[in-house]
Formats: sequence, C-alpha cells, structure tokens
Amino acid sequence: MRLWREASLVAAKDLRIEARSRIALGQILPFGIIVAILFAFALDPDSGLLTRVAPGLFWVTVLLAALLAVGRSFAVEEKSNARDGLRLTGLDGSAVFLGKMAAIAAELFFLEILLGIAVVILYGVEVNGVVVLLAAAPAATLGIASTGTLYGVLAAGLRSRETLLPLLLLPVLAPVLLGATRAFEGGLEGAPSDAWPWVGLLWIFATFYTAFGVLAFGTLWEND
Amino acid sequence: MNPRDQLLDPRLRRVIGVGAVIGVVALCLFGLWGAPPDDRQGEAMRLLYLHVPSAWLAYFAFLVTAIASALFLWPRTRSIVWDRVAGASAELGVIFTGLTLVVGSLWGRPIWGVWWAWDARLVTTAVLFFLYLGYLALRRIPGDAISTGKRNAIAALIAFVDVPIVHFSVEWWRTLHQKATVFNPELSARIEGVQALTLWIAVLAFTLVYVYLLDRRYRLAVIDDVLAEQALEQAIKIRTGDNPGVGR
Amino acid sequence: MPLVEFHSVVCLLGTFPALAGVDLQVEPRDIVLLEGPNGAGKTTLLRLIAGLIPPHSGEAQVFGLDLFKDRRSARRRLALVGHESYCYDDLTVMENLQFTFKASGVTGMEINSVLERTGLDGLAGVRHAHLSAGQRRRLALANAMVRNPELLLLDEPHAGLDEEGRACLHEIIASAPSEGRTVVLASHELELSRQLANREVRVESGTIVKSGRGEL
Repeated sequence: MRLWREASLVAAKDLRIEARSRIALGQILPFGIIVAILFAFALDPDSGLLTRVAPGLFWVTVLLAALLAVGRSFAVEEKSNARDGLRLTGLDGSAVFLGKMAAIAAELFFLEILLGIAVVILYGVEVNGVVVLLAAAPAATLGIASTGTLYGVLAAGLRSRETLLPLLLLPVLAPVLLGATRAFEGGLEGAPSDAWPWVGLLWIFATFYTAFGVLAFGTLWEND
Repeated sequence: MNPRDQLLDPRLRRVIGVGAVIGVVALCLFGLWGAPPDDRQGEAMRLLYLHVPSAWLAYFAFLVTAIASALFLWPRTRSIVWDRVAGASAELGVIFTGLTLVVGSLWGRPIWGVWWAWDARLVTTAVLFFLYLGYLALRRIPGDAISTGKRNAIAALIAFVDVPIVHFSVEWWRTLHQKATVFNPELSARIEGVQALTLWIAVLAFTLVYVYLLDRRYRLAVIDDVLAEQALEQAIKIRTGDNPGVGR
Repeated sequence: MPLVEFHSVVCLLGTFPALAGVDLQVEPRDIVLLEGPNGAGKTTLLRLIAGLIPPHSGEAQVFGLDLFKDRRSARRRLALVGHESYCYDDLTVMENLQFTFKASGVTGMEINSVLERTGLDGLAGVRHAHLSAGQRRRLALANAMVRNPELLLLDEPHAGLDEEGRACLHEIIASAPSEGRTVVLASHELELSRQLANREVRVESGTIVKSGRGEL
C-alpha cells in the first residue's frame, strides 16, 4: 500500500510538472508530427507504400519521442539538484521507479493518441481492428516506459547521457518495435489472429521489465 | 584490495596459451587444406570454420558476462573479480559478435548473392552487437568501484534478458512473413568426415583463445585498478601533505 | 551516543579524494560550525553525512547506522540545505513543500508555520522558477524544515540571504537545541555563526585540522 501511495505521489508530481511546462504537448508532439511528415517526403506518398508501412513509421516515431520524454523526465530531476532532494526524502527506489515510469507511460500514451490521429489523416490509413490496437498500444507503451526509466536513471547525471541513452535503449526495444508494428499491421488489416501473439509478447516484455525495474532501480537511483 | 590478481594459475594459463596456438595452427591447416571443399558451397564453405565458432563464443561470452554480473549483484558472492570478468567477457563477446557478422556477410555474398539478408539469426546477432556495444560504452564511465560495479551488472542483465526476447521475436517475424527467399535449403552444407573434424577443431581452438584472452584482459583490469589505487594514494598525500590531521 | 561518528573517512569525488581521512563526532543538540577555505571538503562532508554519496574507506556512522551498509535509513531523520534549492521549477512554493512533506512521511510539522518562520508566507502560490535567488534560499530552508529533522545540515545557508532572511535562519538555528535538533553548519560568515555555534571545526584539504569548543 505504501509503495502505491509513494509511487502515485511521484507520478502526480511529474505529471503536474509536465502539465505546467507543456514540453510533451508543445515540443515532443510537434516533433513527432514533423517526423511523420518527413517520412512522407522520403517515401513516395502516391504509391500506397506509406499506408502499408504506417504502423512501422508510427512506432519508430514513438520511439524517438520516447527518447525525448525519458531525457526530459530525468532532466527535471537535475535542475536545482531536485534528485538529491528526492533522495533525501527517503522514498523507496521502487516507488520512484513506478512513479516516473507511470508518468512517462501516461505522457507517451497521450502522444500516441494524437500522433495516431495525425498518421491516420496524413497517411490515409483505415482502422479496422480497434480492439487489437487498444490491447497492443498500452503494452508497448509500458515496455518502452519501463526500460526507458531504467536506462534513464543509468544515464542520468553522466556527462554523455544524451548520446548514451539512445545507444542503450534502442537495441533493447527492438522486440517492442517489432511486436507493436506487427500487432498494428494485423489490427489495421483486420486480421487480428495474426496480431494477438504479438500483443502477448508485448505484455510479457512490459511485465518483465517492470518487475526488473522495481527490483533494480533503487540501486541505480541511490548510486550505491 | 586485489582479491585475485590472476584469473588463472599462470601454469594453467601457459598450457591454455600453447593449446590455443596449436589449435589455431591446426585449424589453419585443416581449414585451408585438410578439409575438402563443399560440393555445393565450394571453397566459401571454409568460412564456416570461422563463423560457427565465433558465433558460439559470442553467445558463450555474453552468458559468462551475465553469470558474473549476477554473482556480483548477489551480496554473498560480491567481489570485484566478477565485475572484471563480466567486462572482459563482454569485450570478447562484442569482438566475436563482430567477427560473426563480418564472416557471415563474406560467406553470404557468394552463397546467397547478397552481403546482408534479413535472416533471423543475422538480425538477432546484429541487435546483440549493439546491445553490448552500449553496455561497453556504459562501462567506460568511471566511478566508485562498488556502485559502478552494480550499475554495470544491472545493465548487463537488462541486456541479457533481452537476448531471448529479441531472438524469439525476430525468428517469429521472419517465419511468419517470409516470402520469396534467397535461402535455398539445397545450398546447406552437408558436414561430415574431415569437415566435421575441422569444425570441432575450430570450436576448440576458439574456446581456448577465448579463455586465454579472458585471462589477459582480466589481468589488464587488475593493473588498471592497481594504477588507480596508486594514483589515489598519491592524491591523498598531496591533499593532506602539508597538514597532518588531528590525532585520534 | 554521538549522532555522527567518523573515523579516518576517505570520500572520493570521481578519483579526487575530497575527504582524505576525517575524524568527526557530533553530539546530540550540538550546533557545530564547519569552517575552512573553498575546496576544503565542507560540502562533501555534509553530503556524506546526509548519505547522498558513499564513503570510500574508514568508519562512518550517522544515528548509529553504518554508512557503508545503509545510507537510506538515517535520511528520514535529517535534512540538508545545499547550494541549490532541491525544488522543481514548475511547481509553486506550496506544492514543492507539500511534495517534500508527503514524500518524507513526517509528522508534527505544519507547512504554514514553516512558511511563516522562513518569511515565505506571501509567496506560497509562486512558482520556484519565478523566485529570486534569496527567496530560493529561504525555500531551501523551508524545504528542510518541513521534514522536522533531528539533524539539520546547512551548507552556506547565509549566501544570498537578506537581513530578514538571516534573522529567520538564526532564529531556526538558535532554537534548534530547545526543539531537540542538532545542527551542522558550514559557513564563511564566521562572526555571525560563532554567536550560534557551541563547537567549531576547521577543515582544510580534506581533513579536520582543529576542533574544539568555542572559537579556535
């Protein structure tokens, strides 16, 4: 019980900061949409190719946005050395992990909805299997948020954090990109039977790394 | 401060070193001349004598890194020894992974007609390469021995548990979606007789090379630590030199 | 039993020995003044006591807890005012204090009374980003006080404070013993601090060179 209370305290704090600063909405979302537009420049929009590869492009864009969101989540802790303040409160590392992860996941999920609408409009995608999409997206988001929070704290405070974070995070997320893209393809084509195994894989990934984070984050957070 | 200066007993190390040299020479002789060319793949098949053992050692090295990392995290077995072993093995693992990719690519050109193909094993190996490249980049960042050791160990385990997930998902992806394929099963080499013997020699020789290099890399880490310790003692002397502290 | 007990403690910042063998004891309800030149290791010493950084060698105990084994347990009983405010730019003064208060799980302290004691009562709804440097120092002090600490660690608390702010600070330090608090204070404002402290410790080059009751 105490873990949940402390975690929701941290999540509420991060989300309130995000709501005030509007970095996610004002900077990360426009970034995602411009990336989606640039993909259309790179791939001929008239050939129908864009519509076919839309799920992959969508999730690549989400991954890039996630790098920014994770970086931002830990940049907030570095300003005025708030991280030390947070550590001094004696909060459990697991609670900090769950709180920060939940906040990142909420931000990403919000981004995915808006970016998804943009992709549907820009790429002319037809959505058939909404249920599959709604089962796959949260799982992929939690997978990204859990590994992102773990690697975010690993890289936080290091001088090379901006370059280290993508190198650490993107290879680990390869299965998430693969799974989320296949699940979305299945969902969009209205062939959900192809998609469900991938949804399962995404949930396993998310569960696994969330558990890992709960166990390991404290050590990284305390630097001991 | 140095719980274990040498990973292996020096005599054992010399035996392994000599064995590795003999193994590599034997591999060259068998691989280049002793074994006959494959009746379908021709001379290109000889690349498998490098490809197969380096792929095996890449995975083995990362397994060693994972086990050593787990032993470091477990408080009862925590020792700087395990952090050094994990780092040394990961470096070798990345080298063997790179070798696997390069040799695989060289082999793919004549056999498949392409330098790179989206084969499940190839893709998994490539992701593995970058996973551990990131781990090595993280390792280079200095800090207190225990806290960086834990940080490294956790990063190694995050990467290691990803390996089966990557493998599984990539395998799945390629089998579900495989269309016109460049992989003709007729092209698979049939390995028997001298060829099989050569392959076994290759695996043995590479494993000996790995163990020998692991020991040497470990020794380098020990020397690095000794140097760092001397530098620290010097720095403390410089910092306190002109004002000895108050007596107890 | 001393609250802080250090023997030959070495503490590294990267590879630099910021503390090169420190012996220090702090008794309950002491008000200890740490003084010494820039770069002597005062800040590192305070951060080490607070459990924010690990000791490298020696013996280090705070509240009887070994810092080599557990740096977290003592934290709920102490507070540190560092060079920075430890607050979030986009949260208001009140929100920052409430977060610290709830996260620390403290009892027996009222946020409003802390705001009054630090002269921040009119600023509760102002965001940290909009505060002046001096106001941030007051907020840092308030942020420490809402945790009702048994051990209050102050790192150059005078810096940037105006007359009124210093008066607030001195009231808090002076009433510490009667409130059951112990204070360790690093400061270059020696004349002001000596009026408050009952012990003075001189730090130079990462070691303690003098230590005693009253002025050295």
